Amino acid sequence: MPANAMNEGRSVSVNDPKCTAAVELIHVSKTKPVVLGDSVTQLQVIEDVSFSVPKGEILALVGPSGSGKSTLLRMINRLEDPTSGRINLFETNISSLDVRELRRRVGMVFQTPALIAGTVADNVSYGPRLRREDCDPGEYLDLVQLERDLLHRPATALSVGQQQRMCIARALANRPEALLLDEPTSALDQTAANTVLDLICRLNRELGLTVIMVTHLMEHARAVGTQVVLLVRGAKIEEGPADAFFRGPATEIGRRFLQGELSNER
Amino acid sequence: MNASAYIHISLIDLLIALLFVGVTAIVSYWQGLGLERDIAVGTVRTFVQLLTVGFVLQRLFDASRWYWVVAALAIMTTVAGYNAMKRQSGAKQGLFAVMTAAIATAGVITLILVIGVVLRVRPWYQPQYVIPIAGMVIGNSMTGAALVVNRFHSELTLRRSEVEASLALGATAREAAAGALRESLRAAMMPTINSMMTVGLVQLPGMMTGQIISGASPPDAVRYQVVVMLMVAAATAVAAMTAVFGALGVFFTPAQQLSPRLELGRRFDAYTARAKH
Ligand SMILES: Nc1ncnc2c1ncn2[C@@H]1O[C@H](COP(=O)(O)OP(=O)(O)OP(=O)(O)O)[C@@H](O)[C@H]1O
Ligand SMILES: [Mg+2]
Repeated sequence: MPANAMNEGRSVSVNDPKCTAAVELIHVSKTKPVVLGDSVTQLQVIEDVSFSVPKGEILALVGPSGSGKSTLLRMINRLEDPTSGRINLFETNISSLDVRELRRRVGMVFQTPALIAGTVADNVSYGPRLRREDCDPGEYLDLVQLERDLLHRPATALSVGQQQRMCIARALANRPEALLLDEPTSALDQTAANTVLDLICRLNRELGLTVIMVTHLMEHARAVGTQVVLLVRGAKIEEGPADAFFRGPATEIGRRFLQGELSNER
Repeated sequence: MNASAYIHISLIDLLIALLFVGVTAIVSYWQGLGLERDIAVGTVRTFVQLLTVGFVLQRLFDASRWYWVVAALAIMTTVAGYNAMKRQSGAKQGLFAVMTAAIATAGVITLILVIGVVLRVRPWYQPQYVIPIAGMVIGNSMTGAALVVNRFHSELTLRRSEVEASLALGATAREAAAGALRESLRAAMMPTINSMMTVGLVQLPGMMTGQIISGASPPDAVRYQVVVMLMVAAATAVAAMTAVFGALGVFFTPAQQLSPRLELGRRFDAYTARAKH
């Protein structure tokens, strides 16, 4: 357990942990140019979304397919920028941070495992190597419960579930303060999914890592989420503690979503 | 050079050469290729363009002024930059400047070496040397720049998820695109390197052929050709390198994000043009 290695990166934490928002979205909107046949139109993908994720919480970001969950995550580590509004990381506007430093502090795991050419070790140590830091990739494999034997295999030779965990290990090797997970369990069977969910809880508990996890499976959201945000057609419909949401959503849309009756169609 | 050492082509001879066009046209008609119109236009353009160039070059040679030579080089570079931009399969916005700068960089460096150091042409602006050599340098730089950026675009599209994974871990655009950069540079440099392998074995290069026809001794013409081959390889390398790093600044945003132009392709140009209004 490389807890020592992982803690120094998070020395930023502020005096009053209760009130500290790790990630905060303030009136975030995003329109995207989208190909429509031969021309391009503007599509409103995110519409005036505000919420905050207190330090050390696990936010389950849920919503029907196409509601803008991935886009929202991508904006938090600036793979895309909002059209209006702003996003704070520990009270600092992310657009005023050095983007490389921001991305180190906010780890991202994509919906489909995104591999970097090379071995598992190359992948896991990619972030530290960029900054010429030492890194023992094996430690991070332990953390996600992958065998160290895999280190020198090409990343492409792993199963999808193993790749997904390798991607989590790769993000952790950057010693992030927050972790953005886009459907980390969607490619996995029930057992592998449970391993990943346990891992997320453990990382959160032992390292105090703030997590935003996108998922379309309510049992997974319920298993790990302490907070829930429901997004429908780019707008925030519900926000609050997970147990309250799953006991009884405050809105009719939330109720219909939980009953699986809601799609993203307009 | 001794003007009477080779056979001149009269206007009548030129018209006789139109027989070749007849042959081409017959093939097209016979096989139903539907190229007759293009063949006619191509023939006319060949005549008009080359006769005009011949006329302009004669004027340039007669005047022999450094500023006319520099002006000619500037025009050649700009046209080449425009052409390299036109050859891109994706969005073109911003690439004219990239291409022109790359071709100019390769041109200046290579020409200084060839004209100033290898051939030691005095005065340096002697059009007889500068213009043909610059033509080859600029032409090959254009091909190299066009090739490298086209390939870079498709490599980035292909490796999108890997590039974004690297960016998300804190890589700069350059670090994230390292694989794509290497692959595109290789692709752009392979043709000139390959031609260095086979030159003389399959066909004689155009310049050498021309020199031999106009009376130069083959060993002499061959020396020129060696210089030209090496110079072209260097020009291609410099142009490809400069162009691909320029394209890096076009395909990525200053915040180290992939530009939406990769997704939108050609439609990106129309979209940004509209967004300005
Ligand atoms: N590259 C793109 N081109 C066109 N439209 C896009 C693109 N990316 C996203 N969109 C649109 O933006 C909206 C939000 O997409 P996003 O991927 O954020 O949704 P999501 O909630 O993550 O969906 P899913 O659960 O299916 O992953 C969708 O309507 C989608 O069609
Ligand atoms: Mg998604």
